[in-house]
Amino acid sequence: MRSNVKAGWSLKVAALGGMLFLHIPLLIIILYAFSIEEKSFVFPIPGFTTKWFAVAFEREDVRRALGLSIKVAAIATSLALVLGTLAAAAVWRSRFFGREAISLLLILPIALPGIITGIALRSAIGIAEIPFSTWTLVLGHATFCIVVVYNNVLARFRRTNRALIEASMDLGANGFQTLRYVVLPNIATALLAGGMLAFALSFDEVIVTTFTAGQQSTLPIWMLSELIRPRQRPVTNVVAVFVIAVTFVPIVLAFYLTRDTHDVAGSVK
Amino acid sequence: MAGAEATPAVSFQEVSRRFGDVRAVDNVTFDIADGEFFSMLGPSGSGKTTCLRLIAGFEQPSSGHIKVHGVNVEGVPPYERDVNTVFQDYALFPHMSVGENVEYGLMIRKVPKAERRQRSEEMLKLVKLDGMYARKPSQLSGGQRQRVALARALINRPRVLLLDEPLGALDLKLRESMQNELKAIQRQVGITFVYVTHDQGEALSMSDRLAVFNHGRIEQIGSPSEVYDHPASQFVAGFVGQTNLLDGYLAQRLGGFPGMYAIRPERIRILTPDAEVPMGVATIDGRVDTITYLGATSRVEINVEEGRLTVIEQNLEGGTAVAERRPGANVRLIIERRHIQPVSESQ
Repeated sequence: MRSNVKAGWSLKVAALGGMLFLHIPLLIIILYAFSIEEKSFVFPIPGFTTKWFAVAFEREDVRRALGLSIKVAAIATSLALVLGTLAAAAVWRSRFFGREAISLLLILPIALPGIITGIALRSAIGIAEIPFSTWTLVLGHATFCIVVVYNNVLARFRRTNRALIEASMDLGANGFQTLRYVVLPNIATALLAGGMLAFALSFDEVIVTTFTAGQQSTLPIWMLSELIRPRQRPVTNVVAVFVIAVTFVPIVLAFYLTRDTHDVAGSVK
Repeated sequence: MAGAEATPAVSFQEVSRRFGDVRAVDNVTFDIADGEFFSMLGPSGSGKTTCLRLIAGFEQPSSGHIKVHGVNVEGVPPYERDVNTVFQDYALFPHMSVGENVEYGLMIRKVPKAERRQRSEEMLKLVKLDGMYARKPSQLSGGQRQRVALARALINRPRVLLLDEPLGALDLKLRESMQNELKAIQRQVGITFVYVTHDQGEALSMSDRLAVFNHGRIEQIGSPSEVYDHPASQFVAGFVGQTNLLDGYLAQRLGGFPGMYAIRPERIRILTPDAEVPMGVATIDGRVDTITYLGATSRVEINVEEGRLTVIEQNLEGGTAVAERRPGANVRLIIERRHIQPVSESQ
């Protein structure tokens, strides 16, 4: 229901103020990507240049960090799509001993502060003497990526008639055919939305990453370390602009995909 | 209809299905003849739907044997059985059009597209949905969805069609017209229909035979008139139609022997207290307690010695009497002996 009452001007100003407060910092970050001053941030920028984009893409450390971030996000998301969907299907379809507990444990990594997950994983990795690698990062990221997929898919399943699966089997389709023609089409947009959110979460994750990365740096970690030493500062901003673009697009898409279906698109983070 | 020696379409031999300690189906044996319209009638939780799911293959019996057209179906998954189901809530695939829903079974069996299209158009015509091919199920009314579910099942030409309370979600008018239509379609396609319902009126009006379920057991199997006129048990007499159940003194007085008897309210005739009683009928005097006008009929409650009887009378034009029989009037009731039906006690 929409109300027909017009908002007063003071409410409009307050809303505008809130929006500006949230989004002006983003604009400033974008602005500094074009500044000719490389040691510090001065406002207004002393001069306009696009050279930092070229510099950023030439720098080996930027490329390496970007590559690692994309790789980890892609693997963690794929893993989450498979495991999260399977877990959601199990919790939806059957009642078994410990079902509620499993459901809670799945959601825990996103409810707990990242620092707890991080420390826990760090000590586990230490105890098991696993060397830090892409895979330790994937492991860390998968913990919260699974939740996002699980929540999205479970919400979709809960609005899906269980009899659909029986109807499909009744009409001659075996398990794989039922999965392909009935189950997957019904959860497709939930998978897409969950997957994109998981990717975006993984791509800009810092806390768990700090504990599971060892000497490697993903893009956010690289940016953090870059802020400490003021050399070619606008390069950081160029990368930030890139990250905004990469994470913004899937989140907007996920929003539109699940808009009509009242899904739990995001989750608590 | 198939002869006695023909292979039954469905055969249950001492079938039980237990869920933990609960016996949903308890040692049930029956045959359904080929081409028959067979109803399974009972209250919720009586085991009728579980029997249907056993035939479909969604459940496996805990013990006993089920045969479909003479073939033992133990361990045969639903997708390999030559039966199709019309689900209670239709279970149409929401992401497919009406036509794609109807064609689903053919698509799975890799029937060429052109033939699929032609057969689904025929089916939609049979269920009076021509022109709805491209619609989505969400754009249809409840009655139309019901027809799509029927078409989707029938297009596979199953040897047995299972219907799980298919009219339960429809309003009364629509339900009555769908009853006639279902029956007509069944005659047209000649497929065995196994129909689960808790509506006794539906079961009586549509079935060739019906089975009355109670607590996982079958209380009685027979034609609608057999079950209605000669209920085998107290439960059947009470569940199928209205009935006067008699025991104790009144049973002995009217039935002649101790035990339990059922008398249908419309089988009792109300006469004036001094009326002559014909030969060979049971008679008892009483006093009118209440009269409820029901339109075509009236229900008269009459207090008799050691009990109370309900009588249903047609409100015929120029009929004697309801006007004269006010509450408090003395009356004489007569019942033909063949309508006093001995019944066994139920749990």
